[in-house]
Amino acid sequence: MASHVAIFGILAVGMLLVILNGGIDLSVGSTLGFSGVIAGFLIQGVQLTALGVILYPPVWVVAVLVCVLGALVGLVNGVLIAWLKVPAFVATLGMLYVVRGAALLMTNGLTYNDLGGKPELGNTGFEWLGFNRLLDIPVGVLVMAVIALIGSIILNRTAFGRWLYASGGNERAAELSGVPVKRVQVSVYMLSGICASVAGLILSSELTSAGPTAGTSYELTAIAAVVIGGAALTGGRGNIRGTLVGAFVIGFLSDGLVIIGVSAYWQTVFTGAVIVLAVLLNAIQYRRRVKLPSSAGSPPTSPQKDKAQTADPALEKTAG
Amino acid sequence: MNAAPEFEPAAGDTVLAARNIVKTYGGTHALKGVNFDIHRGKVTTLFGENGAGKSTLMKILSGVTTPTSGSIELDGQSVTFSSSSDARDRGISIIHQELSLAPNLSVRDNIFMGREIPGATGVDFAEEARQTRLLMADLEEDIDPMTLVQDLRLGQQQIVEIARALSVDSRILIMDEPTSALSATEVEVLFKVIRDLTARGVSIVYISHHLEEALQITDYAVVLRDGAITATANAKHINLEWIVRNMVGENFDLGTPPTGHTFGEIALSVDEVSVADVTSSERLVVDRLSLDVRSGEIVCIYGLMGAGRTELLECIAGRLSAAGGRILLEGNDISRLSIAERIARGLVLVPEDRQRDGLVQTMSVGANLSLASIGAFVKGMFLSRSQERSLVDGSIRDVRVKTAGGGAPIGSLSGGNQQKVVIGKMLTTSPKVMLLDEPSRGIDIGAKAEVFRLLSERAARGLAVVFSTSEVTECLSIAHRIIVMRRGRISAEFGADATKEEIMAASGEAVLSDQEEHRSHHRDRR
Repeated sequence: MASHVAIFGILAVGMLLVILNGGIDLSVGSTLGFSGVIAGFLIQGVQLTALGVILYPPVWVVAVLVCVLGALVGLVNGVLIAWLKVPAFVATLGMLYVVRGAALLMTNGLTYNDLGGKPELGNTGFEWLGFNRLLDIPVGVLVMAVIALIGSIILNRTAFGRWLYASGGNERAAELSGVPVKRVQVSVYMLSGICASVAGLILSSELTSAGPTAGTSYELTAIAAVVIGGAALTGGRGNIRGTLVGAFVIGFLSDGLVIIGVSAYWQTVFTGAVIVLAVLLNAIQYRRRVKLPSSAGSPPTSPQKDKAQTADPALEKTAG
Repeated sequence: MNAAPEFEPAAGDTVLAARNIVKTYGGTHALKGVNFDIHRGKVTTLFGENGAGKSTLMKILSGVTTPTSGSIELDGQSVTFSSSSDARDRGISIIHQELSLAPNLSVRDNIFMGREIPGATGVDFAEEARQTRLLMADLEEDIDPMTLVQDLRLGQQQIVEIARALSVDSRILIMDEPTSALSATEVEVLFKVIRDLTARGVSIVYISHHLEEALQITDYAVVLRDGAITATANAKHINLEWIVRNMVGENFDLGTPPTGHTFGEIALSVDEVSVADVTSSERLVVDRLSLDVRSGEIVCIYGLMGAGRTELLECIAGRLSAAGGRILLEGNDISRLSIAERIARGLVLVPEDRQRDGLVQTMSVGANLSLASIGAFVKGMFLSRSQERSLVDGSIRDVRVKTAGGGAPIGSLSGGNQQKVVIGKMLTTSPKVMLLDEPSRGIDIGAKAEVFRLLSERAARGLAVVFSTSEVTECLSIAHRIIVMRRGRISAEFGADATKEEIMAASGEAVLSDQEEHRSHHRDRR
């Protein structure tokens, strides 16, 4: 269960960035699968027929290359959306198919089974990500924690984070305030792609195999985690803490319920109900806060930290 | 206030009476206890500047919004409208200022939208088309019922909107700026239709910025200013001057042009700039316009809706690309720079619609204020919270925002204070030239005066200010120079000693007769 939460958590952090920007990234599940396949391919050795040699890159090189790949997928998404004005839903839906298809083409539909590497080739250690524990905590969970921490710092303490919240909350206002909205948009999809690649590495390491269909429909799970965590799909509102809670809830629903003996079919029903309920509760909470502006008070710090700092725009429409 | 009602309508004459209507949006009072009568079979025109509350009042009378307090009596019976279709069922329909047509549907489908005529197999399209043709014949407009609305020009779309309101056989018809996109002949036809309707006992409420035109058609005139009715009269007893006087008011002091400092170099130079219309590239909304502004100078741009003010300012700021011409900031060509680069060089824009373009509603007052100058408090990779707080607190003090603090939600502020946040945000970037598009829109008169005082203080310290307005009183406040725009060009330029009548005449709003013009020159402008 912990590793499931880790994978959903990592995907969800990436997804949160995209959703804060007012977009959506449907390609993360495919990117996850493709990343695993590429990792498997690299570990099997890259045959360079022209030189007559087989390259066996060390595991860290494999990891870096796979992350670069994820960033490239994100770059394509970002350019399509920011510059070519393709709606985010459509662009990433397209990439969902393209990337999944690429993964299937790579392996001809088969799965890489042996990701252990060989000591004499110096490319062992791939299973470390999925199997080992540091201080008795699975490495995957630690990776998630580090990514969440970095995400949190980016959102709360950097100019980029502020730009992201601003352009997600009101792109026109952000642009007129000098925020490089297009650059922010592209970066966000690249970060989401990297997160998906990291999740792909962890998953294939855990399974010690990389199948081209791994991660199918994980994008929806990630979106669910972000939404349960209180982020608004319209952008500008949400935080890392909530998203992690959302990932945990999803992980508990998919694994925890099975462990305590609830039928897998019921668990699917519960997942759906929880998503709707969480969003409903959020909406009610916002509405109450708007009705009682005095009770919303003046929370002291930055907006990202406090959902109270929102208002119903309808209240603010001026008379004409 | 300054003109006592010159008539007392008989009770039976009134078909609808609004009593003590109050409407507040957040902290803004759009209407402050308005009493308004609609007379049976007559045209009642509501005059008032932008933001006076005309549209709000009409939305309440047509059930689009509900008043905060107050009552509406229809034929002596107290009523509340739950929705605009409720009001329509009671015989009240409205032609909106903003077109509310579905561009992807045909003229026929638009006219019968929401009340399709049932037939044997669903909708009786043939009957709908027949009625549409009849309506078009009444309006002397040759539009096929099957034409898509998006293929019509704006004026024709307006005709469709009018036809839709006519098709419901209403007793009360509210027309909010029905002629803004119509040609002179189309206006003639519309007036003929209005006379027919009133002859049949339909009551009309008419709103228009073209004062003269409205005066031609109206029976009663009601003037609204800052959410309150300032004068009511029978149209027989009034003239344009009376309307203008009551519309703009006499005495509220919005300040005078700051003096005691000399203008510096030319800060902003607009050289033959054109901006193409978004919808058709052939039409220019700004037509080879040139303008120089010196540092320390305040320039006001006056013009009616659609005169090209917003497009000009957005083009200078970099939001719209120019179809031609150059923009120079302190002598350097900035025509090719991005918005961010222009801000960095000292050119900022306070946009017209602060909800849509000015504020990020999901962020706090402080985060909004600091948004344009994040670079000023980045240390290494990270934002410095303490530096940001001092910048925000300084800005709140500087522009006198009334707020619980930088962490307060932006939505908790009144319209005027929100506007000060937008202005404050741009001022923290230490600009050299500040453009403001209708900075006083939708804020009350006290906040207006404060905003203007702020601008004149900054101008005295060397800031070049260009602001646009559609309220003539505001031209005659702090501006050293007044430019009137009409159809994308500068139609006149005045010093601070211009009169309201001169300015309005240059904008095409009201062409005063010689005699009136003569008289107005002798009246003190304030």
